[in-house]
Amino acid sequence: MERIPILQIGEFLLVTIQVDMHDQLAMTLQDDLSERISATSAKGVLIDISALDMVDSFIGRMIGTISGVSRIMDTQTVLVGMQPAVAITLVELGLTLPGVRTALNAERGMRLLNNSAAPQ
Amino acid sequence: MSAEQSGTQPILLEQDVVRARQLARTLAQGCGMSLINLTKLVTAVSELARNAVVYGGGGHMDWQVVEKDHRKGLRLTFRDEGPGIPDIKLAMTDGWTSGGGLGLGLTGAKRLVDEFELDTAPGAGTRVTILRWA
Amino acid sequence: MAALQPFTLTAIRTHQASLVAEWLAGLDASGATRNLKADDLKRQTEEFLDLLHAGLQNGDASNLNAGAWDEVRLFLEKLSHSRALLGQDSQQTATFIFSLKGPLFALLQREYSEQPAQLANQLLQVSELLDALGLHTIRTFQKSREAVIKRQQEELLELSTPVVKLWDGVLALPMIGTLDSQRTQVVMESLLQRIVDTGSEIAIIDITGVPTVDTLVAQHLLKTVTAIRLMGADCIISGVRPQIAQTIVHLGLDLQGVVTKANLADALKLALHRLGLSVAKAG
Repeated sequence: MERIPILQIGEFLLVTIQVDMHDQLAMTLQDDLSERISATSAKGVLIDISALDMVDSFIGRMIGTISGVSRIMDTQTVLVGMQPAVAITLVELGLTLPGVRTALNAERGMRLLNNSAAPQ
Repeated sequence: MSAEQSGTQPILLEQDVVRARQLARTLAQGCGMSLINLTKLVTAVSELARNAVVYGGGGHMDWQVVEKDHRKGLRLTFRDEGPGIPDIKLAMTDGWTSGGGLGLGLTGAKRLVDEFELDTAPGAGTRVTILRWA
Repeated sequence: MAALQPFTLTAIRTHQASLVAEWLAGLDASGATRNLKADDLKRQTEEFLDLLHAGLQNGDASNLNAGAWDEVRLFLEKLSHSRALLGQDSQQTATFIFSLKGPLFALLQREYSEQPAQLANQLLQVSELLDALGLHTIRTFQKSREAVIKRQQEELLELSTPVVKLWDGVLALPMIGTLDSQRTQVVMESLLQRIVDTGSEIAIIDITGVPTVDTLVAQHLLKTVTAIRLMGADCIISGVRPQIAQTIVHLGLDLQGVVTKANLADALKLALHRLGLSVAKAG
């Protein structure tokens, strides 16, 4: 079965979405990520969507859910690399992803995760 | 001039939603649509095609390249033989959903295109026609 | 419909020089030659008569869309385009064709003085042909004008939205004038693209030059702020004048979650602070 790979780098999980996802693939990713967060006790999840040329309400909902689930499991999620056209479309669609943390690119996202993962 | 200016694409399965998006993208590129308008159109297609699969039990997408005053555009009709929508006003309310979604499909799609027409009745299926100028 | 008599064609050919002279005089008298160089005009009239003659020889005068008229149509399209760029109005441009009627009718009258029936027939044909050509000129003229206006509008939109770099990682967009939907889209696009290109984490939208903020403008601003946040950058709105702040409160608009500052300097200060920088007096 087709799956989106989840990479582990230190305490963080990295997901790069590069395909035009159909809904089932998005659902599988959502389940896989929850499993991996639980199994690895990761401190943070970084989702890179810089290669995505479209985010509709379904993918938007998946991102929101992943962010919410990970928060309950004491993990930070950062969404990085959203393209300008995608951002404008999402806002027009009425999907503002409240509560989801964002960063311009993977490097900034990693820094954000590192800072928030540092012991208080 | 491309040979084909109109056609029909079946949307029966979930994977067909992806195919409908890809077709719309190719057609919109052929119309010389800007990246922003193209992204908005493809996103609207994704919402409406999914509605046809999830609520309409599958349907079709008719496409047509239109031209007015040297400006090209894409007109798409999504039709299904599903149960239809009993209360259009309610369905066009932000956040209302009958299928566990975010309830942004119809209203969101409407905001993403230049023209939007909804034709439905209980038991008579649903037809949504959208138009986006390049 | 009967075609033009070969005799008419020959007459046009033989008397071309005097026809051009009379035509030019007519154009001059009508005032349609303002801003035009006499040499250019003479060349244009001669070229048009040549093309017209060629068209009549090869094609049917009643069907201007036929291939035989391609060159005539192309010539007129170029002509009306250049006239539009020179700032002539549609009347002046159309007069170019219509003022040929007088000299041409006079010529036909002289040539056909013995055959009144033929004269009437040929006059009608020539008249219809010139009318059709004149209308074609007006139509293309209007299209050219519309294209000019559209291009100017687009240029104006781009000119009115300069995105400037204030600091490493800080962009500013000084908004001037009224914000409508189309303009907001252009503004949004250029600002968002610059954020990606420069990797800037903070964008300041300065609305000092925006005369009024109503519900629609506030919505546009909110959308821009939200889109910037989705991309992973922050947005500060500066230049909120007292009366605009009052309007916003009065309208009951919700700018929650949007950081606002009174002026650009304060916004820059906040931006630098967020980047962990501070400005100190030298020495």
